[in-house]
Amino acid sequence: MAARTRSGQWAAWAFLAPVAVYLLVFYAYPLYRNVELSLRNYTVRSFVQGDAPFTGFANYIKIFGDATFGPALWHTVVFTVVSLAFQFGIGLALAVFFSRNFRLSATLRALFLVPWLLPLIVSASTWSWMLNSDSGVINVVLGAFGIDPVNWLTSPDWSLWSVTIANIWIGIPFNLVVLYSGLQGISPAIYEAAALDGAGGWQRFWKVTFPLLRPVSAITLLLGLVYTLKVFDLIWIMTKGGPSGSSTTFATWSYRLGFGNLVPSFGPGAAVGNLLIVMALIFGLIYIRVQRRQAHT
Amino acid sequence: MRYWKTAIGLVLTGVMLFPVYWMINVSFTRDTDMRKSPPSWFPVNGTLEGYRAVLDQQLPYLGVSLVVGLGTVALTLLVSAPAAYSLAKLRPRGGGVLGFVLLIAQMIPGIIMAMGFYAIFLSTGVLNTIPGLIVADSTLAVPFAVLIFTAFMSGIPEELLQAARTDGAGTFRTFWSIVLPVSRNSIITVSLFAFLWAWSDFVFASTLDQGGDHQPITLGIYHYIGNNNQQWNAIMATAVIASIPATILLIIAQRYVAAGVTAGAVKD
Repeated sequence: MAARTRSGQWAAWAFLAPVAVYLLVFYAYPLYRNVELSLRNYTVRSFVQGDAPFTGFANYIKIFGDATFGPALWHTVVFTVVSLAFQFGIGLALAVFFSRNFRLSATLRALFLVPWLLPLIVSASTWSWMLNSDSGVINVVLGAFGIDPVNWLTSPDWSLWSVTIANIWIGIPFNLVVLYSGLQGISPAIYEAAALDGAGGWQRFWKVTFPLLRPVSAITLLLGLVYTLKVFDLIWIMTKGGPSGSSTTFATWSYRLGFGNLVPSFGPGAAVGNLLIVMALIFGLIYIRVQRRQAHT
Repeated sequence: MRYWKTAIGLVLTGVMLFPVYWMINVSFTRDTDMRKSPPSWFPVNGTLEGYRAVLDQQLPYLGVSLVVGLGTVALTLLVSAPAAYSLAKLRPRGGGVLGFVLLIAQMIPGIIMAMGFYAIFLSTGVLNTIPGLIVADSTLAVPFAVLIFTAFMSGIPEELLQAARTDGAGTFRTFWSIVLPVSRNSIITVSLFAFLWAWSDFVFASTLDQGGDHQPITLGIYHYIGNNNQQWNAIMATAVIASIPATILLIIAQRYVAAGVTAGAVKD
């Protein structure tokens, strides 16, 4: 083990220097600029010249009072909670299924990774076409069951569900892979003991698998939460947050304020973004806490 | 008895991958059949029109994405591998804090980074340039890369490094000729993900390179959707081509991919 000598410390920090500088210049500084944006009244002209007047929390007060705030918060919560519930539920069911090794199981499990690896623009545009009201394959299939066509992307009642469905599809692989590796960590001896005690398959799942999987589940859900709060591309490409704001979340609202209009309002956009950071960080810190605690036990 | 599980597995995989199949199917569908009801389930009267359109219009976008992807891999490795070596083996003072900062950095939404970058890039003149995009894309990969490398390098036996030191190798030599070669697998994992994330990036491209002369493929597809709502075979053909790196990754590096997905979540 390298001693904590002075020369050892020099060498250690020489290797760390690039990443430390990198974090300062490419993380800390953009974030600082973002906070600064949110505290000033920027217009396109003052954005270039850099002489925007300091307005304190005016941008924040503005967005709290904005008619979009309530719906955007609600959509963010619904999108996140529904996505997580289904991703986790389906991912867990699939993980349990795939953990009984059968012929081709490894190959099929690998194929399940595809949706997670595809560029989001690819998944989003494919889903857009599948959900097209007139020619989409989803409505054709529903029609075969006698269900009337649904205006998935163009009806305010359905747009949020459409992007949520697409997001669940994208998130299943992550949950499957992580939960599967969690299942591998449970000793088969425990199952054998439970089987000897007369526990059926269903009981074994609820009494053995589920409790033992709790640490991994907590990690998966928290990480999924942080990821889902960030989702922007998918919604923007599929619906642009519309129609009439019906699928607007904090992430798309922030983008629309800053980049989506002809006249950008960078200040309020940055303010919404900072709210999003705070939300992500709260759950991020809980995640780190849970993970640390698990590492110690 | 064992085969019915395989059968269920095949059905489930089929359902899950149906959108991917549909993308491929539509990419071969003729314009005239595009709005046919019911749609053709197989590309029987297939056409290559869509792919011809890709060759005519999308090649520059694909080239830009390739350059941006490779640049991101290079920058990510350059910054993260030495840092991980230090964190894993050299016990720097304050290393714990840095590791914590990296964990936090991973959780910052890209759209917020994009806004800060926009302000900085505008005043420094890097807006709409490839190097600017490479720098922004690398922020997606660097925290992940340091964490993966650190986890891996912590597992390198101390005796190996001690032997190098006894032979008179300095810290840098040890890093270059012992640690890096031994870490080959983690270098592959990190490079794969860094490339894939840069290749797939839409947030940074659409904010920092919107008016650029050199735009990546994600913007190529996005403009396509915006401009010609009718030519879905061309849009889907571009999507198929844009999916090739992910497919190659999965075929040649399956175990690295699974390792990368899990590493962030399960390992400490």
